Amino acid sequence: MSALVIAEHDNAALKPATLNTVTAGLELGDVTVLVAGSGCKAVAEAAAKVAGVAKVLLADDAIFEHPLAENLAPFIVGLADDFGGFDHILAPATTLGKNLMPRLAALLDVQQISEISGIEGADTFVRPIYAGNAMATVKSNDKIKVLTVRITAFEPAMAEGGSAGIEEISGAEDKGIAAFVSQQLTKSERPELTSAGIVISGGRGMQSGDNFHLLEKIADKLGAAVGASRAAVDAGFVSNDYQVGQTGKVVAPDLYIAVGISGAIQHLAGMKDSKVIVAINKDEDAPIFQVADYGLVQDLFEALPQLSAELDKLS
Amino acid sequence: MKVLVAVKRVVDFNVKIRVKSDATGVEAANVKMSMNPFDEIAVEEGVRMRENGSADELIAVSLGTVASQETIRTALAMGADRGILVETDLGLEPLAIAKCLAAIAAKENPDLIILGKQAIDGDNNQTGQMLAALLGWGQGTFASNISLADGPGENKAEVVREVDGGLETVSLKLPCVVTTDLRLNEPRYASLPNIMKAKKKTIDVMTPEDLGVDVSPRTEILKIEEPSGREAGTIVADAAELVEKLHSEAKVI
Repeated sequence: MSALVIAEHDNAALKPATLNTVTAGLELGDVTVLVAGSGCKAVAEAAAKVAGVAKVLLADDAIFEHPLAENLAPFIVGLADDFGGFDHILAPATTLGKNLMPRLAALLDVQQISEISGIEGADTFVRPIYAGNAMATVKSNDKIKVLTVRITAFEPAMAEGGSAGIEEISGAEDKGIAAFVSQQLTKSERPELTSAGIVISGGRGMQSGDNFHLLEKIADKLGAAVGASRAAVDAGFVSNDYQVGQTGKVVAPDLYIAVGISGAIQHLAGMKDSKVIVAINKDEDAPIFQVADYGLVQDLFEALPQLSAELDKLS
Repeated sequence: MKVLVAVKRVVDFNVKIRVKSDATGVEAANVKMSMNPFDEIAVEEGVRMRENGSADELIAVSLGTVASQETIRTALAMGADRGILVETDLGLEPLAIAKCLAAIAAKENPDLIILGKQAIDGDNNQTGQMLAALLGWGQGTFASNISLADGPGENKAEVVREVDGGLETVSLKLPCVVTTDLRLNEPRYASLPNIMKAKKKTIDVMTPEDLGVDVSPRTEILKIEEPSGREAGTIVADAAELVEKLHSEAKVI
């Protein structure tokens, strides 16, 4: 069995989500990693060092500077033909993988299996449905399995220890139907939400976007990332890339602190696999307390400054 | 410009679903059903284009049992002009849905197809991308803004996409496919007069076979189970006790 893993990167560095996806790939067979980008040789070299990776394919072309699915998906179809024998093609279930893989699957005439959180065999996978309120075990009868991987469900592969060969490949083609215009990335000194060891999130109880500075202050003391519930995003407090939940990001840090979050099903779907959950909410009946390891029933505007002061004492 | 939106009938987002005891699925009898929330956003976007003159026709398509007519009626009450139901009792997979929609697109020749980014039952997040692939069109997924430049020599849509690190803008040649994210708009509630008017609008009914699409499933659901739950822990008295517990008991700070 052999698996092709689509690397996620920014042309300079390999994104951590790729490491979790490699782990899923290794459960299925030999892993080849595709690094498609522009001026991204360093990424290919990093991918070659990942423990367990057998081979790296490097497609370095200006067309791939931005990973447009319209150009990348047909290129991967070509690869599957040229290199033959890929039984599985995997990408992380990030916005990259979610955008790219269904396009690839349709071109291959394959029914993709999204956001797998478990592997039962070469053709059988477990995945959450209904916002994680049910787990489906699904068997694929397609020849090639196209999968996106819920990265919080798989440990990251070791970034060092491998010594795979790098093969340069070509054949990129601009289909001329889509073009990158611009990007506005949220600038933050804090760790990325999906890979942070500690996450502190605010909900509608925060009352305004300005009040998020209370969370940021604590985040900086803990080296944590800041997240938000869908309610806080809908209310316009913070932008959507903060959103933790079924319709946002799925996180599973060592410590998750939910502040002023009631605990709607859709939010729980995005954080309930965290190792330790803390809830701070003035409503003692809030459903969030049913999943929290530690609950603090207190007005957050009192609790957060106190928490901040206590953390100072600790250090 | 002609705009097509796809709408799915799903268990209402407020319903706490229950897994059937024989692990074959989710309890769907006597459960409130609604339009998938992301599809409401798609319909709203189409209706706004219809209202501001950039679209001259808005068609709402659904696939499913005869009950999906209700979902189409909701779209018609919001402002869609007519509906198409692809009627089937089979539970369709995203690839099969995309193939049916592609067949409808081939007949209707829309300039833009808008879909919700995912349905809140299967959580697949596939149909729009697959449809774009089958048609060979560009795809603006997870859209938070769509601006059309639909004039002579300038047939394109600029779509702002919600991506993991922030926002990305892409320019797509029309026709194209767009899938909606939360912040694209706030869907309206249909007014009573519009609900009445919607009853007179046409819904064409056809089957996957009429469209020449093989919808036989590619996957088998072996079982559906409850997720492993979490238990409620302890309530602490104050921030001091919380920090103490996190430090010396949970050892996470």
